[in-house]
Amino acid sequence: MIEIDRLQKSFGTNRVLDGISLTVRQGQVVCIIGPSGSGKSTLLRCINGLESYEGGEVRVLGQRVDRSRPEIRMTRQQITMVFQRFNLFPHRTALENVTEGPIYAAGESRASAEKHARELLAQVGLTGKEDAWPSQLSGGQQQRVAIARALAMRPKAVLFDEPTSALDPELVGEVLTVMRDLARGGMTMAVVTHEMGFAREVADHVVFMDRGRVVEEGRPADILTSPREPRTQDFLRRVLRPLD
Amino acid sequence: MTFEGFLRDGQQFLPILLQGVWVTIAVTLCSLVLSTALGIVWALMRTSGRRWLEWPAMAFTNTIRGIPILVQLFYIYFVLPDLGVDLNAFQAGVISLGIAYSAYMGEVFRAGILAVDAGTVEAAESLGMTRARVLSRVVLPQAVRIVLPPYGNNLIMLMKDSSQASVITVAELSTQARLIASSTFKNQEVWTMAALLYLCLSIPLILLVARLEKRFGRR
Repeated sequence: MIEIDRLQKSFGTNRVLDGISLTVRQGQVVCIIGPSGSGKSTLLRCINGLESYEGGEVRVLGQRVDRSRPEIRMTRQQITMVFQRFNLFPHRTALENVTEGPIYAAGESRASAEKHARELLAQVGLTGKEDAWPSQLSGGQQQRVAIARALAMRPKAVLFDEPTSALDPELVGEVLTVMRDLARGGMTMAVVTHEMGFAREVADHVVFMDRGRVVEEGRPADILTSPREPRTQDFLRRVLRPLD
Repeated sequence: MTFEGFLRDGQQFLPILLQGVWVTIAVTLCSLVLSTALGIVWALMRTSGRRWLEWPAMAFTNTIRGIPILVQLFYIYFVLPDLGVDLNAFQAGVISLGIAYSAYMGEVFRAGILAVDAGTVEAAESLGMTRARVLSRVVLPQAVRIVLPPYGNNLIMLMKDSSQASVITVAELSTQARLIASSTFKNQEVWTMAALLYLCLSIPLILLVARLEKRFGRR
C-alpha cells in the first residue's frame, strides 16, 4: 500500500532522510522508532506530501506522491494523519472537527458526515463530547477527536506522528487503547512512537531509524528484545532504562 | 453659553449637523468596505509565499502608509481629473480613505493570518482540502478572531478620519459644523455638538467591538 524507495530529503545541508526504503502492506501496523532527529517524522510527512523530497520515490496505492500535483489531495484523503500536537481546529466543536474533512474535502453531505462522525466519536469513547470545544477537552480527549477526524475520511491507512508524546503520562493509555483497537480492526497504520510497549504488543513490523537511515527492522519481538545492531541496542537501553 | 441657550441652538443647528452625520456614516461605511476588501488582497498577497505577489503589495502598502491622508485626498480629488478621471467629492473621499486604510487593514489581516497555528493548516491539508478551502475554512475564521480588536480599532479611527474629507468639500459632520460655526460665530456651541455627535457614533462602535471580541474570543 505504501512503498518508499531510497528516499532522500535534506533541510539545507542537513540530510534528514538518506536513502530510506520501507514498505507498508495492507492491514499491517508498522512502528517506526529511533532517537529524535533521526528523520522519523519527516519520513511520515513525505508519505502524504506534507513534505517534499529530493531523491527516491514514495508510492501510495501505486501512485507516485508529488506534493506539487493536484492528485496529492486524493492521496491525502486516502492516507490521513494524526499529529503530535493534535492540531484540532480550535474554532470548531469536536463534531465539526470530525465532519470538516468529509464535507469540505470529500464533498459528503452534512447529514451523512454527522452520522458517521457521531459513530466515530463513540468509537473513540467520546460520546457526549460532540459539542465540546477543543479547549474544553483534555489532551487525551483532543487526540482521540483527532483520530476520529482522521478516520472520518474512511482512509485506507492512517499515519500517526508521535501521537502520545505531547500527553500527560496518565492520558497516554486512553489514546493507545484506541489505536490498538483500530489495529485489531484491520486498519493499516504507520506509527512513529516512543511507546515500546505499544510497538511490542500491536506492531507487525518495527523499524529502527537513526540519522536518516533504517538501521534495523523486523518483527517486534526480534527488534525490541534481541536487536543485532549496537545502535539499536544502545537506543533501547536508554529508552527502557534511562537511569542506568 | 447657558444650558437653555445651548438647547435652543441645538434645535436650530441639529438638523443640519445630522445631515452631516449621515454623510459621515456613508463615507465611513463605503471606505470600510473598500479598505477591507483591498486589505484582504494585500494580506493574501503578502502571505502567499510568492515574491512576485509579495513585493508589489509591500511596496504599495508602504507607499500609502508613508503619505498623509490629507495629501492623498487632494491628490485623488484634484490630480486625477487632470488625468481624465472625474470624481465627485464623495467618491474621491471614499476612494482616498479606502485606499489609505487598506494599508492598515492589510497589516492587521497579515498579522492575523500569520498568527494562525500552522499545525491546523497542516491538519486541513492532510485531509485533502484545496488551498481555497484551507483558507476559507481554517485560516480566515481563526484569523478573524485574532484580528477583530485591531480591526475595530481601525474602524473607529476611520470614522474619525472621515472628517478629513471636509478639505475636499465632502459635506460630512465636521464640514457642516464648520459652515455653521463660521456663519454664526457660535464656535463653542457648534463644536461641542459636533464632538458629542462624534461620540454618539464612536461609543456604540467601541461597545460593538468589545461584544464581538467576547463572542469570537470563545474557543
